[in-house]
Amino acid sequence: MNIYVLMKKTFDTEEKIQISDGKIETDGAEFIINPYDEYAIEEAIKVRDEHGGEVTVVTIGDEESESQLRTALAMGADKAVLINTEDDVEEGDQVTTTKILEAYFEDKEVDLILAGNVAIDEASGQVGPRLAAKLDIPYVTTITSLEIDGDTVKIDKDVEGDVEKVETSLPLLVTCQQGLNEPRYPSLPGIMKAKKKPLEELEIDDLDLDEDDVEASTETVEVFLPPEKEAGKVLEGETDEQVKELVSLLKTEAKVL
Amino acid sequence: MGKFLVISEVRDGELRNVSFENIAAARQIDENGEVVAAVLGDGDLESLGQELIQYGADRAVVVQHENLKNYTSDGYVQAAMAVIEQEDPDGIVMGHTSEGKDLSPRIASKLDSGLISDVTQIEGSGDDVKFIRPIYSGKAFEKKVITNGKTFITIRPNNIAPPEKDESRSGDVQKVEVDVQNLRTVIQEVIRKASEGVDLSEANIIVAGGRGVKSAEGFDPLYELADALGGAVGASRGAADAGYCDYSLQIGQTGKVVTPDLYIAVGISGAIQHLAGMSNSKVIVAINKDPEANIFNVADYGIVGDLFEVVPALTEEIKALKG
Repeated sequence: MNIYVLMKKTFDTEEKIQISDGKIETDGAEFIINPYDEYAIEEAIKVRDEHGGEVTVVTIGDEESESQLRTALAMGADKAVLINTEDDVEEGDQVTTTKILEAYFEDKEVDLILAGNVAIDEASGQVGPRLAAKLDIPYVTTITSLEIDGDTVKIDKDVEGDVEKVETSLPLLVTCQQGLNEPRYPSLPGIMKAKKKPLEELEIDDLDLDEDDVEASTETVEVFLPPEKEAGKVLEGETDEQVKELVSLLKTEAKVL
Repeated sequence: MGKFLVISEVRDGELRNVSFENIAAARQIDENGEVVAAVLGDGDLESLGQELIQYGADRAVVVQHENLKNYTSDGYVQAAMAVIEQEDPDGIVMGHTSEGKDLSPRIASKLDSGLISDVTQIEGSGDDVKFIRPIYSGKAFEKKVITNGKTFITIRPNNIAPPEKDESRSGDVQKVEVDVQNLRTVIQEVIRKASEGVDLSEANIIVAGGRGVKSAEGFDPLYELADALGGAVGASRGAADAGYCDYSLQIGQTGKVVTPDLYIAVGISGAIQHLAGMSNSKVIVAINKDPEANIFNVADYGIVGDLFEVVPALTEEIKALKG
């Protein structure tokens, strides 16, 4: 089976966000595999181990993205592809990303594509469904269980806490939700092997695209931080008194009751 | 600007709140524009169309088909595209809900249009309109504009106030016939697991528990408090990872991002991942036995104490207040 994972690197969830020159400061920040993409990588490896085939992890990024790709290879993916847009794309958006991926997949035989349901940075969740639409294959978002039997695929889909039992078929794109699996940590032998696994580097030129082809359809005109919250009032006294005061404050001062 | 299509959302035969918020968003973008509300589904949709007009839509378009009983991307995209082709709107507004998140990118892809997802605030109007949305789960915000395609946005529920209902308003509800076929995904069954009543993403009041709640049973007093308040129950990653509750309740950078009027954090230490998911709530109350807990830094009101004493006492007090 030809299994592909769409991966993005994101800021470590522990990072504080700082802005300089109107942009998010990335210098010195720790990057990780987008947590939802880790579920996608784990699931891809499990599907391959059960049904055979090959897992290719694809990312659009810069030179630094190699680190996250090596981690994915160390977890057990077979091949990695870095589409390096550092020199060609100044301000991309989901249209840009989809266009590049569409070009990449144009000559690929695809059985299954897995992605995170959102990236925790921009959190638009658009790229998976947009790509599936371009490739004209079905998709199911926010999955929490995946079972493949021949061409038939049985899926549990999380819908705001409810579970939908979905039946569909390959080829298919899915986006992964928390609860799907427990992503493994790379083992030491895994890390050693990953160094020798193939990592292909492409630029948009290799996909017969130029800068105009991947122009964004939206533009970010400003980035800003929310106002700092000041620490509030810690209530005093016995439990009963604190609770009475709290209810009174919520009613009269905060006006939320 | 001109004509806006707002794509409504139906659950259990009723319009979800965000459907009305969509109308408010469209009006904010263009006060004088025409707002056409679309309802896709099965059953009696015409009365829902009228209701949308009472909430400020100029007219409504409904697509009714048995294959639209459950939401599927394949079914709904056929219905939505038929309406879009008929109306050729300048802008489209949908809710940033499970359904909206699934459907909107596919429509945008078909239209080769830009799409700004998860908008929480609209600034300016007309050609100068800018859309504000959280990034890094609310650790920062960005202001975006559409440079190519339709003014296509999804709005986060609970952030843009819906218009007042005006029962004297009436308008035209038109049925559009679409033969919805060839569904490649089939919903076999829907298992209701979410807490009855209030949906976490639309809740005005949330009571959330963390590791301090100590067990699944430990969540019981939180449910009682949420019931008394008419709110929903959420959780921190710590509580979900420990198996005290379902992952669907998780609030944070992984999990849901919520902005209720009142957020009561119970036994939650306040890790940065959790704060990212809730710190833009209007009023935050923290209940924790550790006075040094980080959650107190973002709380408007704090109670240092044993949650198993404080929460039941609070429930009683709320019940007394509401009579």
